[in-house]
Amino acid sequence: MSSVNRVLFDPPGPRARRRIAVATVVSLALIALLIVLALIQFGRNGQLAADRWTPFTHWPYVHFLLQGLLGTLKVTAMAGVFAFPVGAGLALLRVSTNPLLRWPATVFIEVFRSVPLLLLVYAFLLALPRYGVNPALFWKLTIPIVIVNSALLAEVFRAGINAVPRGQAEAGSAIGLRYHQVMRIVVVPQAIRIVVPALVTQFVSLLKDSTLGYVVGYPELMKQGQNLTVYTHLLVQTFLIVTLVYVLLNYLLGVVARALEARINARPRARAVAAAEPGEAAPGALVR
Amino acid sequence: MHTVLAHQGTLWHGFLLTLELTVLGYVGALVLGTVAAICRVSPVAPLRVFGGVYVEAFRNVPLLALLLLFVFGLPDVGLTVSYFKSAAICLALSAGAFVCEAMRSGINSIGLGQAEAARAIGLSFSQSLRHVVLPQAFRSMVQPLVNVFIGVALGSALAAAVGVDELTRQTQFLNLQYAVGAPSFLAAGVLYFALAVGGGAVGGYLERRVKVHR
Repeated sequence: MSSVNRVLFDPPGPRARRRIAVATVVSLALIALLIVLALIQFGRNGQLAADRWTPFTHWPYVHFLLQGLLGTLKVTAMAGVFAFPVGAGLALLRVSTNPLLRWPATVFIEVFRSVPLLLLVYAFLLALPRYGVNPALFWKLTIPIVIVNSALLAEVFRAGINAVPRGQAEAGSAIGLRYHQVMRIVVVPQAIRIVVPALVTQFVSLLKDSTLGYVVGYPELMKQGQNLTVYTHLLVQTFLIVTLVYVLLNYLLGVVARALEARINARPRARAVAAAEPGEAAPGALVR
Repeated sequence: MHTVLAHQGTLWHGFLLTLELTVLGYVGALVLGTVAAICRVSPVAPLRVFGGVYVEAFRNVPLLALLLLFVFGLPDVGLTVSYFKSAAICLALSAGAFVCEAMRSGINSIGLGQAEAARAIGLSFSQSLRHVVLPQAFRSMVQPLVNVFIGVALGSALAAAVGVDELTRQTQFLNLQYAVGAPSFLAAGVLYFALAVGGGAVGGYLERRVKVHR
């Protein structure tokens, strides 16, 4: 729970405290009313009945969904293993002084940042097999995720590289390091330290992308949930539970991101550099 | 290729729906995000918690999971909404969380001194908001809000998975019916690219308009 915003509000005097107390009671009542209405709507359609929820405490159901979770983790991990290095490489190409390296990287990044992931997945499912490109189902899901997320990660890394003060690179060349040495020894380590929170956010986005297994038919959590509903017809319960699992997973990753950010900002030198931090640098990464 | 051109009406119809979804979703996200931001910065604790729960929940939910919950789960509780409306609502809910965070960081970025000075010279709450806080906050909000727009535009493609006949679904349909292959995806990709770049261009224009010229 966040504390009161001090930009907008001075510490409250007696009249303001009374108003806040009234508003607290009223808003509590309204929120409670909302929750009760939702529960009533659920109950009126018989969705609160115990026999619709208790199956999820039985091992076979839990096991079925856990297999889906394993699929999700597999896709996420494999996609991450490829997307992060490729994204870093693309970022280095994008900031290179050589136009032969820079232009293809720029085109790749700009194109695959602006195209929806689902379109790429459909391309892999429907169009590419005609031209002989027909990988296994797992890769039909993972490769598009890698392509799109490497473009987004490239932008995050590039923002980090640009956020490292120019003096660092200049000092590197001043002591006689060549370009690739300046990058490797001076700039990139600092850049990575700056963008670690944004990288974790992008990883959360990667995990959310794995839900496209539903479209492809790969048995990750979303698809397993849907398979379950085909047999059990417990639609709202299954999808609600699956959604809650995703929220929990991503929330935990967010906690990790905030902890990393706190650790970085605890060090005085890094804090000065982090003050120039780009923040949520990757468009298109958000709503997925 | 000529098959795609012969059936380009389908693609244009899909693009129109994509545009509608994007605009509706984004406007809804702005509204929801503003309300949530107001809740999160208010001195009333239950509203802060409510806003915080909304943001944390909808930032961490995959859009596809939310869509499936709305489209397949809600009829079970008696609420049957059309595919298009469900998709628009889900987009607005999901993007609203990101809009809220963008607004909150914009407000917090303007520096305590500005707001305190506004109060010191006697401006009321709404006056200080209108003349001091929001104009400056908006300046740092533009880029994240443009990013959210691009996110909504690309996220609208997921509505294809739940039956909305927008551009991605029309492309999929063309491929299932006529097996046109890559040209249809290239055409759809170009249209999405134009949408994203257009949004970015508008954002750049807005940023230049509100920039502080030193």
